Amino acid sequence: MTIVIDVEEVSKQFKIHHERSQSLKERLLHPKSGSTEVFDALQDISFRVSTNETVGILGHNGSGKSTLLKCICGVLQPTSGEIRLRGNLAALLELGAGFQTELSGRDNVYLYGAMLGLSKRHVDAIFDDIVAFSEIEHFIDTQVKFYSSGMYVRLAFAVAVNVDPDILVVDEVLAVGDERFQAKCVDKIRTFQEEGRSILLVTHQADQVRALCDRAIVLDGGLMIANGPVQDSLRIFREHLLEDAVFHDRIGHQADVAIDSITTPSGSFDVRSGAGIHFDVNVSSQSAYSGNFMMEIFTRGGLLVSRSDAHASPVNLKPGLNRIGIDLPQIPLLDGVYDLNVGVVDHHGTVIAWKEQAASIQVTYNGREGGIVELGASIRQL
Amino acid sequence: MSDATSARITRKSLDDAPVRVVSARANLRTRLRNLWSRRELLTSLIFSDIRIKYKNSALGIFWSMLSPALTLGIYDLIFSVIIKNGYPNFALYLFSGLIVWNMFMTAVNMATGVIVDRAGLVKKVSFPREILALANVGASVIYFVIQLGVLCIFLLALGHAPAWGFLWLLPISFLALYLLTASVAIVMSAVTVYLRDMKHLMEVLLQLWFWLSPVVYSYQHTISARLHDHGLTWVYFLNPITPIMMTFQRIFYVKTTVLSTVPPHLVLHILPDWSASSYLSMNLTLLGIMVLLFLSSLMIFGRLEGNFESEL
Repeated sequence: MTIVIDVEEVSKQFKIHHERSQSLKERLLHPKSGSTEVFDALQDISFRVSTNETVGILGHNGSGKSTLLKCICGVLQPTSGEIRLRGNLAALLELGAGFQTELSGRDNVYLYGAMLGLSKRHVDAIFDDIVAFSEIEHFIDTQVKFYSSGMYVRLAFAVAVNVDPDILVVDEVLAVGDERFQAKCVDKIRTFQEEGRSILLVTHQADQVRALCDRAIVLDGGLMIANGPVQDSLRIFREHLLEDAVFHDRIGHQADVAIDSITTPSGSFDVRSGAGIHFDVNVSSQSAYSGNFMMEIFTRGGLLVSRSDAHASPVNLKPGLNRIGIDLPQIPLLDGVYDLNVGVVDHHGTVIAWKEQAASIQVTYNGREGGIVELGASIRQL
Repeated sequence: MSDATSARITRKSLDDAPVRVVSARANLRTRLRNLWSRRELLTSLIFSDIRIKYKNSALGIFWSMLSPALTLGIYDLIFSVIIKNGYPNFALYLFSGLIVWNMFMTAVNMATGVIVDRAGLVKKVSFPREILALANVGASVIYFVIQLGVLCIFLLALGHAPAWGFLWLLPISFLALYLLTASVAIVMSAVTVYLRDMKHLMEVLLQLWFWLSPVVYSYQHTISARLHDHGLTWVYFLNPITPIMMTFQRIFYVKTTVLSTVPPHLVLHILPDWSASSYLSMNLTLLGIMVLLFLSSLMIFGRLEGNFESEL
């Protein structure tokens, strides 16, 4: 395990100019006009990424995650601190940013390759792979300005992943392209992981972090508030998101709702596959509140098994302690530990109170099926 | 899984890979090393720029010759035919100076707005940003080489041999010209990010600069005596284009003293009759200053580059 990204006490400040002119004439005429405000986009961020590691960066808009990525990629210089990189890095900050629309796809592959630091000979060698991956063989000699946005993105992604990077930095680009191409991209990322490369993934989607990352970093207002196992970071991310939502929300004062605990009648969270289980969720509320109740079940691997809510019958919380029952009449899950997340959300889906890993259930299964769910399949010759 | 394991084993270890550092301010050595390591990108950019510019035209790159040819023709017409300055082979004298001026002006004009124009790239892709300006300089080097080719054909057609004893000064002088052009291009590309009307100011400055350089007139014949009387010769030579131009003129125009083509056919001292060694020391001194200028331009760029993100 070699450290490939070493971020050490990195801070970045931006100067925000208010109504300052960008012309020499204006500056000469009004030398002191406009005020400047300093904005801390990143404060004292330190972390390391090793080979064979996929790290997710979570944060909401304005939390500094894009700034951090830009610093790592060298697009921005940190105001203080240092980032040390080992091996070559391919960054997908914005797919196709380096493309010249007047040039053909072929010329752009070479130009983009050069921007990522490849020699012409190297690009020659991987050119066919790039074209095959992008699936635009017929249009490779067409000027890029005639491409559809999907083709544009596919070509850019194809170049970036075929350059054999030691570090791949991906910034929410997986959200583009059609579903089939997205699946292809995720496959490629998995291949990279198996090959022991390092990946830094920025995303809003918690599911994606669960599915792909070994570790997650959470940024909030330029500060790193979590750096650890995906489950823990996601919990912190959600709770923080919540705090902010409560803080900013107009209905915030109503929302003094908290999930206290989860119990079962027997006190045990062990269940046989196929059997049922009942949970009692204790929710305390400061005031009366009417909303929706939501539950998620995840595998330890981070796969969402099920999400359901009380849409049909909203919960009406009274001031004080409330009990909410969750009935799972028959659990078709196979052997394993499953985590339960529960929470109160309002009618628009905004989270009012949330608890990650509120409980874990241990399912035992004696049958022959493998995977996570028992389908009761019967297979016979006809 | 076994595939993955073997892939992991066959993948080269990164333990010995060089470490790159992104920090607040890269020092000059790092900047130079980064520039050198991305030279392939530079060539790529130069040729893609040229390709884009002349992509949709049948005559292609020869359009780039049209403007210099026109300038040459017009000045020749005005100064030689209409004003009758009396310089024999005036077109040749003009050409030797214009070739220097064109290289400088084309690059500086292009580079002045380049970072603003390519903001999308600058904000999204990591590479030494000076390369954008240097790519413009590179393109103008290519135009320079083409013009040099045309000049050679010109010489052959006129049966006019260059000054063989001075020809070896050409690379030194050209290197100084390259460094000067690159320095001004690099600084202007960064300054324009902060002061967007620099482009217009630069057009005016370049006009002025043109007339301060001995392109259409001869320093020796026209103004040297007057400058000398006022003790201002050194001011004139503060313009680094001047010694470069005079070297080119000495090489291609050859003659220092000629007979005027207009009556009463006076003797004209067009170029100073310095020896090759004094040209050499002049060019070497200039080259030294230009190297320092280039390094300072990189430092200035580095200083200005830090805030590009918030200004673009």
